[in-house]
Amino acid sequence: MTGSILFLLIIVLGGIAWFFGRVKASRFSTSSTKRGEVHSLPAYHGWYVALWAIGPALLFLVIWSFSSPALITDAALASPAAEQLPQDAFARGSILAEARSIASGQQVKAFNPLSKSMVEPYKTAISYYQTLGAIAALLLVFAGGAYSWLRLKPELRARTKIERITMMALLLASLIATITTVGIFASLIFESARFFSMVSPIDFLFGTEWNPKAVAGPRGETGFGAIPLFWGTVFIGAIIAMIVAIPLGLMSAIYLTQYAPPNFRAWMKPILEVLAGVPTVVYGYFAALTVAPALRDFAVSIGISGASSESALAAGVVMGIMIIPFVSSMADDSIAAVPSAMRDGSLAMGATKSETIKKVLIPAALPGVVGGVLLAVSRAIGETMIVVMAAGLAANMTANPFSSVTTVTTQIVQLLTGDQEFDSPKTLAAFALGLVLFIVTLLLNLIALRVVKKYREAYE
Amino acid sequence: MTDLVDSASTSESSTMTESTVPAISAGDGPLKMTTRNVDVFYGEKQAINGVSIDVTMDNVTAFIGPSGCGKSTFLRCLNRMNDTIPIAKVTGDITLEGEDIYAPKMDVVQLRARVGMVFQKPNPFPKSIYDNIAYGPRIHGLATSKDELDNIVETSLQRAGLWGEVQDRLQDSGTALSGGQQQRLCIARAIAVDPEVILMDEPCSALDPIATAKIEELIHELRGKYAIVIVTHNMQQAARVSQRTAFFHLGTLVEYGVTSDIFTNPTQEKTRDYITGRYG
Repeated sequence: MTGSILFLLIIVLGGIAWFFGRVKASRFSTSSTKRGEVHSLPAYHGWYVALWAIGPALLFLVIWSFSSPALITDAALASPAAEQLPQDAFARGSILAEARSIASGQQVKAFNPLSKSMVEPYKTAISYYQTLGAIAALLLVFAGGAYSWLRLKPELRARTKIERITMMALLLASLIATITTVGIFASLIFESARFFSMVSPIDFLFGTEWNPKAVAGPRGETGFGAIPLFWGTVFIGAIIAMIVAIPLGLMSAIYLTQYAPPNFRAWMKPILEVLAGVPTVVYGYFAALTVAPALRDFAVSIGISGASSESALAAGVVMGIMIIPFVSSMADDSIAAVPSAMRDGSLAMGATKSETIKKVLIPAALPGVVGGVLLAVSRAIGETMIVVMAAGLAANMTANPFSSVTTVTTQIVQLLTGDQEFDSPKTLAAFALGLVLFIVTLLLNLIALRVVKKYREAYE
Repeated sequence: MTDLVDSASTSESSTMTESTVPAISAGDGPLKMTTRNVDVFYGEKQAINGVSIDVTMDNVTAFIGPSGCGKSTFLRCLNRMNDTIPIAKVTGDITLEGEDIYAPKMDVVQLRARVGMVFQKPNPFPKSIYDNIAYGPRIHGLATSKDELDNIVETSLQRAGLWGEVQDRLQDSGTALSGGQQQRLCIARAIAVDPEVILMDEPCSALDPIATAKIEELIHELRGKYAIVIVTHNMQQAARVSQRTAFFHLGTLVEYGVTSDIFTNPTQEKTRDYITGRYG
């Protein structure tokens, strides 16, 4: 590919520029120069020249790659072969697109004879603009390199400049994740807005009937009441899972920080943390194939009606087990962060170990523990695989843990799998659900982080 | 008093030639705690080597010595706080009112209620002032009613000289007080369970001079009500607050006697060197 060769060439030229910059700068300091007279070390001058050589050229190539297709099409249309093209914009567009993919080698055979005739003009235009771009980029390399090389002076603040550029690069790296999140949020809002133009937000947020498959008409739809989903999510993720995870996680943290012999803790803690890395689909199998049937049989044997083989309890319990390491490690950290002076103070008062834990350590660590639990809840309600496999699809509003319920994430998967039209309220509902989930987990995380931070400040 | 001290110091100077065995009993008053040949090991390392000291009821006993000499380690033997360090091992006899505190039948909870402790850095619990003081009485079941508990809290704070400053804000957090107030809160907390002995581990090292003066004044007032043992690296403080002083060096007890004697007329060369500031 000429593109990658050009890129490599620019990098190599940058390396050469670095070398020249360095050589020139290393002559600045002789035995007679005083300390401070040469501002930066030769290597910084080298980087200064190299960045001037590479930076503008790469920037140009990026811009060129966005703007050149339009120029290429214009050039191709100006050729005599273009006169045979139909006037209809749609047909024209498809012929042009086909011609272009043949010309650039992505497609071999033309379906439309007209596009075959356009291939040659396209090829000419592509190679013309590619060469033009390459020459311009190389000129920029030399121009940038020469300009900066000529500017090299002993008093040039090359180090300061390089450090500023490094900082900008780091900033850019850290912004990428943030910007991506903002982008996801924006697209969710956009798609949700389309959904809410078809279904009233009030019906969606407060309706109690969820049955998107039954929808027929384009207006006045029913069956988009998401309350049963919200309930199912809360029931599994925030109630059943937490009933399992909070006591077990907290107790294991207490044991590990306060009672466990050091060598037991040394291998137990990593094992617990490894549990957090088990893929959730594995927990899903476990929930669907082992826990759910066992719970159903148990429910039947004690005479509970409505016991289903897909139950809220099975999904919730397994999810709770999945969350244990999460709660435990947050609680562990916050208990360990309580200054040992607190513990000694209590023990010196004649308190026993368990009194000290109950009355001093846990209250002092409570904000951190609460923060950990909130993070765990936000993880549990966003968790998908376990509930998809074990919780079921029926949107029931029930407090019976043995019956099947469904969650927001399960329904998103249901709505988006298979062939879908992308403008029906059925599909768009998935985005609205995603938006609600996103906002709720975001809020939970924000609150949790604030709580944890406030607590950290208290002891530092 | 003088008789006993004299005999102690004379016997000391006569016997102390090569094997420096300092006087273990220094003075008068009813004996509260005795220690005989106490060794402390941290794993392989010996931190305390054969220390024998008597602590009397009516005197404030100060432990002085350079950093790392083992004075705090030894202090922590007296209420078995070294139990919290898994590798620490204590041998020898330590008695409180004649009872061996390391005997299997000794309940460490009861022991620590009788031998209270105040730490180097003020460590109030992150609870209200009231709950900080009420903590001990509650876990030991000392109060049967709310009035009784209120009473204990008030008396303890009064004894610690803190009542006037905090009586209007007993529900405020103990950690919101100033450093000196926090330390007096910790002393009040220790007093609240009505201990017989109070151990203080460098109680003023984190405080400013004014707060230090208040604590020292408080120690004067508490003297006689409780047997007080204070570890300090500040020799002037030892001279000001104590009547008996023990000088530790490298895990051994070098000299033990009446404070004024130790500071004006030490029998051991090491003590003299330390007190005159030649090392430490």
